[in-house]
Amino acid sequence: MARIKRIFIYGFLIISSIVSIFPFLWMIVSSTNKSSDVTQGKLLPGSFLGQNVSNLFNSIDLVPALLNSAKISITTTVLALLIGSLAGYGFEIYRSRAKDIVFNILLLSMMIPFAALMVPLYRMFASVSQTAPFIGIDTAASVILPTVTTAFLIFFFRQSTKMFPRDMLEAGRMDGLSELGLFVRIYMPTMKTTYAAAAIITFMSSWNNYMWPLIVLQSPENKTIPLLISNLGSSYAPDYGVIMTAIVIATIPTALVFFLMQKHFVAGMMGSVK
Amino acid sequence: MKVARSGMSIQAKTNAIGWSFISVAVIMICVFYFYPMVQALILSLQSGRGMNLQFVGLDNYVRLFTDSMFIAAVKNTFIYLIVQVPIMIILGLFISVLLNDSRLKFKGFFRTAIFLPCVTSLVAYSVIFKYLFAADGLVNTMLMKVSIISAPIQWITDPFWAKITIIIAITWRWTGYNMIFYLSALQNIDNSIYEAARIDGASAFKQFFQITIPLLKPIILFTSITSTIGTLQLFDEVMNITGGGPGNATTSISQYIYNLSFKYTPDFGYAATVSYAIVVLIVIFSVLQFKAAGDRNG
Repeated sequence: MARIKRIFIYGFLIISSIVSIFPFLWMIVSSTNKSSDVTQGKLLPGSFLGQNVSNLFNSIDLVPALLNSAKISITTTVLALLIGSLAGYGFEIYRSRAKDIVFNILLLSMMIPFAALMVPLYRMFASVSQTAPFIGIDTAASVILPTVTTAFLIFFFRQSTKMFPRDMLEAGRMDGLSELGLFVRIYMPTMKTTYAAAAIITFMSSWNNYMWPLIVLQSPENKTIPLLISNLGSSYAPDYGVIMTAIVIATIPTALVFFLMQKHFVAGMMGSVK
Repeated sequence: MKVARSGMSIQAKTNAIGWSFISVAVIMICVFYFYPMVQALILSLQSGRGMNLQFVGLDNYVRLFTDSMFIAAVKNTFIYLIVQVPIMIILGLFISVLLNDSRLKFKGFFRTAIFLPCVTSLVAYSVIFKYLFAADGLVNTMLMKVSIISAPIQWITDPFWAKITIIIAITWRWTGYNMIFYLSALQNIDNSIYEAARIDGASAFKQFFQITIPLLKPIILFTSITSTIGTLQLFDEVMNITGGGPGNATTSISQYIYNLSFKYTPDFGYAATVSYAIVVLIVIFSVLQFKAAGDRNG
């Protein structure tokens, strides 16, 4: 009886793991095969990786898309962390009744689905396109601005700040640090792991963001990686090998972030439940 | 007395500094969340093409109930919700209970493998699933090889199977994500509770329903609310796997808003009305789930 149970448990977990990993393996294997082999269901690695990579770099604007994605994701992450941590710190350390009310109002914004915002946001950016072209439609700024401040991140930093030893601030004040100095010199270095977790969440969601860039980024040279992959995926005569190679390359940054910082990644997820 | 001369006490000064710290975030959220919501409300009372809009009162809201495309999108979204969310939560719970067994070997491998789908971007995995589930794709080829089916299933082009494909895809992507939440909650449960139950002769089945589920209730509530909100906003998968088709068999509400604004001749007013419908649905579902959890408590 116990033995049957064990076989069942391991069997179930092994099947779940195979199902979870299989699309990855298929994607990686397919990136080394030519298109006709992929459609014929070849499951063994081939020798077409080099060919696929060079096709990708020559016929498709992968590099500009990678650079656009990198520029947008890194800027978003840096700004989001600064704005979010400063606010989370401000709400917790300088706590007052009025600020708590403001905090609760900000949390309401978490209930607003992005689909409800896209139309008015699009009109907002379209209307400033004439007077301020650098933040209008089709700019990196128009992608970054609406996504850079989230109530979630403020909430996340505020929750983490509850654990922050306040005595350190008093000591800093004695040393003559200004209030901003306390934040930069004492709080930021102490909260490294919180920043790491927040950076992972923000970078991942920015790198993978699809809906809003699809709406605002219109010219081909401004497209980000998800837009490029979506375009490739819907083409009429897809070159499967090349597309799989593109997806592998696009997944490398997030996979790296995940494997290098798995602990922080999970810590970040858990931060949303506290 | 220096302080008095400057006109502000230390306390008032630090309070003001506190406000300045939160000011950027408050302004940004007002500009990019609350102001657009007000704009959307005003827009939802208008109709017209492109930027030529006229006030039509509540006409748009009336139109919702007779709009067959909107009704189809709501129906699809509800099917995803009712079928997919429970399957994913039960599967996630089940796997996490198996993984929480201290005698289990290769625990780290199983956990990482099952969590791995969360690393992919929604667009990337959607494209992979589209190819896997194509009529001549790998899934059909394999099913036919082992003789489970004799003719290829039209995973993408049949209205019924297309919905199943979307449901399979979302379940693949998010089960591991939810599992991690349950797993970390399970690790906080004191093992002695289970030992006591075992001594009392409670079966594993009974332990699961009478100890694990009640203790995990807050986290199950959390994951079911986030999954519901996520499903109501479903967009990337539908756009990239089926494109909403065949016909409107898989269109989601978010995709319908996108189509109304950016694919068809833009009708921003009506699109804003549909977007308020999502907001209302999210609020209703969140309240319902909170209530359901609360009632079971009492």
